[in-house]
Amino acid sequence: MRHDHLITSKQLSRADIEAILDRAAEIDADRAAVADRHAGSLLGLLFFEPSTRTKMSFETAMKRLGGDVVDMGSVESSSVKKGETLADTVRVIEGYADALVLRHPKQGAAKMASEYVDVPLLNAGDGAGHHPTQTMLDLYTIRENAGLDDLTIGIMGDLKYGRTVHSLAHALTNFDTRQHFISPESLQLPREVIYDLHQAQDAQVREHETLEDILPSLDVLYVTRIQQERFPDKDEYQKVAGEYQIDKRILEAARDDLTIMHPLPRVDEIAPEIDETEHAAYFEQAHNGVPVRMALLDLLLSKNGGGADE
Amino acid sequence: MSDDHEHHDGNTDHELRVSKIRDGTVIDHVRGGQALNVLAILGIDGSKGEEVSVGMNVPSDRFARKDIVKVEGRELSQDEVDVLTLIAPDATINIVRDYEVVEKHRVERPDVVVGVLSCPNDGCITTGNEPVTSRFDVLEGAVRCSYCETIVREEIAALIDTA
Repeated sequence: MRHDHLITSKQLSRADIEAILDRAAEIDADRAAVADRHAGSLLGLLFFEPSTRTKMSFETAMKRLGGDVVDMGSVESSSVKKGETLADTVRVIEGYADALVLRHPKQGAAKMASEYVDVPLLNAGDGAGHHPTQTMLDLYTIRENAGLDDLTIGIMGDLKYGRTVHSLAHALTNFDTRQHFISPESLQLPREVIYDLHQAQDAQVREHETLEDILPSLDVLYVTRIQQERFPDKDEYQKVAGEYQIDKRILEAARDDLTIMHPLPRVDEIAPEIDETEHAAYFEQAHNGVPVRMALLDLLLSKNGGGADE
Repeated sequence: MSDDHEHHDGNTDHELRVSKIRDGTVIDHVRGGQALNVLAILGIDGSKGEEVSVGMNVPSDRFARKDIVKVEGRELSQDEVDVLTLIAPDATINIVRDYEVVEKHRVERPDVVVGVLSCPNDGCITTGNEPVTSRFDVLEGAVRCSYCETIVREEIAALIDTA
C-alpha cells in the first residue's frame, strides 16, 4: 500500500487492492506459513462503538500472525468516559502498540486520529463514513465467487448511512463493473458518494427504487439492513421494508449463479431459507475477514519493520 | 460609489455614503447581502477597534445591487483574499495607500480553506471537542469537509466560523 494508514478505500488503486487480495489468498491457502510472522507485535483495538465481527476478526487475524492485541475495552470503562479526547487516546495507545484499529461513531474520526500517530492506523468504521477493511473482504468474496471485471452488482438497502456500501462502491470503480443501487428514496446514496462515483473515470452507476427490473442481470446482490430507527414514521418503514427482503420466491427471477452477500448482522432482509442455497455467500464473506485482515496487517506491519522474511 | 477611489478628486467624496479610506483595503463587487459575511470570514467584528465601512445593496453597473466593504489600516493577505471567493466570487480587492489604489486584483479560488468554516454535519469529528482545525476542499461552486467529506453547495456563508 502507498500509505501507512488505511482510512478509506478511495486511497487504494486497483494494484493496491489486488496486492491485498493476492496476499490474503496466499495466507488463506497456507496459514501455517505465517503463524509466527509477527510474533511480538501488538495491535491496539480502539472500539468506541460495539462490534462483534470486526473486532473479533482483527483479534483473530493478529493472533494467527503470532502477534497479540491490547484492547481499550468498552467506552464506559475507559478514560473516554472522563472526557479524554480521541486525539489524546490514540497518542497514548500508539506508545503501547505497533498498529491501531479504530472504530468511532463520528465521521472523519479515523482521518483525524491518523494525523496524531506514527504507527499504522486502520479505520474499522467511522460513523456513516467508511469501512475499508470490510470492503477488502467484500472484494475478496466477490472475486472468489464472480470475479471483479465484467461484473454487474446490485447494492441494496440503507445506502445513505451504510458505510460498507460507501467504501465498496468507490473501490468497485477500479474494476470493470456496473453498479446498481437499490433503495427507498429516503435512503439513497449521500451526494458526496455520488460525487465521488461520478468523478471516477468510466464508473457505471444507476439508482433504482425496486429490485425487480434489475435482478435478472445481476452477478452479485449485496444486501444491507434497512434500519427501522432511520425512519421517523414507523408506517413509512413498514411500507418500504417488505420490498427489500430476499426470499426464494423473489429469487425465481435471478440467475442461477447469483451471489448474495451481506456485511451482517442481518435481521430479516434475507430469509433463512436462502442460507442453504448456492446463492448465499454471507457467512463465507464473514469468514474471509480473517485472511483479509491478516493480509492487511502483514502488509502494514512489514512495511514498518516488523515480520520475519519468509 | 464602487469606483470612488479611482475618481478621487479631493474633498467632495468625503461626503460619500461609504467614506473613503486613507490606507487599507476596499472589497468591491461583493454580491448583495454578503458584506457581513465577508467581515465574518475575515474575522473582523469591530471588537479590536477596526475602522470599517460597509455599503449594502448599493447600485452597481455589474450587478443590480452589490455590497462594498472598506477596512481602514489593514491590507488583506492573499490567504484572506482567497477565502473570500467562497462567498464573493466576483469581488475586486483594492489595496489603498494614502487615498490611492495601489493594487487591484480579483479573488481566485483556493484549493483548500482551513479554520474558516464549520462543518454542518453533526456527525463529523470536527464538531466535537477534538483539537482539530476545520479544513474544506474547495470544489466548483461547493466546499467539502476534508474529514467527513460532506459537500455543501448552498449557504456556504452560513458555515463561516465566527467563534
